[in-house]
Amino acid sequence: MTVESGAATTAVTALDQPALDTTDQAGDFVQLLTPEGERIDHPDYPLDLSADDIRNMYRDLVLVRTIDTVAISLQRQGELGIWASLLGQEAAQIGSGRALSPGDMVFPTYREHGVAWCRGIDPVKLLELYRGVSHGGWAPEEHKFHLYTIVIGAQTLHATGYAMGIQRDGADEAAIAYFGDGATSQGDVNEAFVFASVFNAPIVFFCQNNQWAISEPLEKQSRIPLYQRARGFGFPGLRVDGNDVLACYAVTQKALQAAREGQGPTLIEAFTYRMGAHTTTDDPTRYRLASELEMWKLKDPIERVRAYLVRGGLADPEFLAGVDAEAKQVGARVREACRNMPDPPPLALFDHVYAEPTAIIREEREQYAAYLDSFEAGEDGGAGR
Amino acid sequence: MTKLTLSRGLNEGLRKALENDPKVLIMGEDVGKLGGVFRVTDGLQKDFGEARVVDTPLAESGIVGTAIGLALRGYRPVCEIQFDGFVFPAVDQIVSQLAKMRYRSRGQISLPVVIRIPCGGGIGAVEHHSESPEMLFAHTAGLRVVACSDAADAFAMIQQSVDCDDPVIFFEPKRRYWDKAEVDTVAGVAGALPFDQSRVALEGTDVTLLCYGPLVRTCLESAAAAREDGRSIEVVDLRSLSPLDMDTITASVRKTGRCVVAHEAPVFAGLGAEIAARVTERCFYHLEAPVLRVGGFATPYPPSRIEEHYLPDLDRILDAVDRTFGY
Repeated sequence: MTVESGAATTAVTALDQPALDTTDQAGDFVQLLTPEGERIDHPDYPLDLSADDIRNMYRDLVLVRTIDTVAISLQRQGELGIWASLLGQEAAQIGSGRALSPGDMVFPTYREHGVAWCRGIDPVKLLELYRGVSHGGWAPEEHKFHLYTIVIGAQTLHATGYAMGIQRDGADEAAIAYFGDGATSQGDVNEAFVFASVFNAPIVFFCQNNQWAISEPLEKQSRIPLYQRARGFGFPGLRVDGNDVLACYAVTQKALQAAREGQGPTLIEAFTYRMGAHTTTDDPTRYRLASELEMWKLKDPIERVRAYLVRGGLADPEFLAGVDAEAKQVGARVREACRNMPDPPPLALFDHVYAEPTAIIREEREQYAAYLDSFEAGEDGGAGR
Repeated sequence: MTKLTLSRGLNEGLRKALENDPKVLIMGEDVGKLGGVFRVTDGLQKDFGEARVVDTPLAESGIVGTAIGLALRGYRPVCEIQFDGFVFPAVDQIVSQLAKMRYRSRGQISLPVVIRIPCGGGIGAVEHHSESPEMLFAHTAGLRVVACSDAADAFAMIQQSVDCDDPVIFFEPKRRYWDKAEVDTVAGVAGALPFDQSRVALEGTDVTLLCYGPLVRTCLESAAAAREDGRSIEVVDLRSLSPLDMDTITASVRKTGRCVVAHEAPVFAGLGAEIAARVTERCFYHLEAPVLRVGGFATPYPPSRIEEHYLPDLDRILDAVDRTFGY
């Protein structure tokens, strides 16, 4: 920031800052598939994926985008209270999600719908949270996918502690913590880096730098590229093209393997873009230019895979049409299931506060049940509990 | 029976917990070689190793947050927060994560994490080393909040807390760490009073004096002094601040007809307020006087040279007792 002084010279204020380097892509930017769909090799990341694997990833990408689109429309129709869209981040999530081994444990934010998909979680379960039916409806241990954490960055410490547990168990597993660019300013994330580093915990920190923390651009969070933060904590950091599903797969797989082999944490900065609003309550036109979005549309994570498959003769029109048809089916099923999702009974609000209900909770539950019963049958209170 | 300090009682209890279950861990700042600044974990790292008695980085949120992760993995961490005033950096992890995970997961996740916090004043310390933040946690659903007052309770209650499948905030009265009491370390916890129940520490007939943690001793001394004046005080050590053992409290107040609550925390919105409301609801026709409260003032904790004016002592407690006879 510069201001004009009275003497018409440019005064430097205490708020003045040199040019930022947060978006510099010249450094370590691992890319295996260009936005145009051309495969390029990287000496450190040979790809072990078959054509079938890549076709499956394409299917994943299309399906999770469909689910996302359906969820946004369900919110618009009043079926969901809110939705946090993953639009634009599909490759980062599917690439990293497909790199996981069955035993690896995921600690997501509230936007990791693509990773959830990779962990076999029914998308309808994700909608429960956004509809207000539950705070988290799936079985975390069964899917090795923890519940969504809404407080920014808090889950990175849980992931680190979990990884410390893996270490104590001597298991051939790793933890992966997902978080965004905004979260890197949180104390918890920095503490997670410290703990993971000094204990050499088997963890991958997967940061989806989608450039925006609601309305705040990356330059409000960092003076340096985020992946470079790792160096200060004593473990490797790298930047990957977050819109390149193959590169995200390759770097995550390698980092997880290093973690499992006792080489400690890695920070992956997946350089991507939040193409939609922060959530359905947000209006990005108030703080960013449409041209920025247009530029990122040219780097779309799905189009490049499609181009690669088609150009290489790896997918015929039948396959592509099949995926589109499946997407329609999945979308219809999710839409239907969401609309038919029942509310929990009112007295469920007293459940699972403690392992056993305390005297006070029992008392309040009984009193409230009696209060509901005091209404005539057929009215709201008496029914359905 | 062995005569132990409260600090040693905790130490022996933690040792038993570590022996009984390989999943039990101790973590915190300086808990290893040093044995904690109050020596509560003295010798444990030497006997159980660095993987189970963990000197952590100096970051309270990190301690509690990683303890949550370890608990998700099946461990039972006991975290030490070095002083009451240092728990605040960890409050998000305690209140928003630890307390709510069972509810969030609809009962699928248990987080058996104990958070030990030395609490209270009276040791001539600098700021942030003398506070009583128990009500922040008692007001948070999903947490159990307990306070021990002597070595025997310390020994049993810490083991019961480790065994508990709910998160427990465990308050230790730091100015009583060196008080000694008889402890049966051989019998273990089998016959011990459950840690969510209150205990009548001294039977009496004229007035019920409710207290916990560091003020139990002060209240027992007050009762002894009152007895010389012919007044019989029943002292109840609450032990569990959340949930409250209202049955024990109610039985005592119905017997005596008078009730005074004493704590070091500020009277305003303190535990005494909750107890006064509940006692009034349950014992209205038994009460000879309103429930009175004696405690810290509605101020921050003062500099130590004048802390004796802030902390409820024998005279202020007996003054409140006297006032209940003025109605």
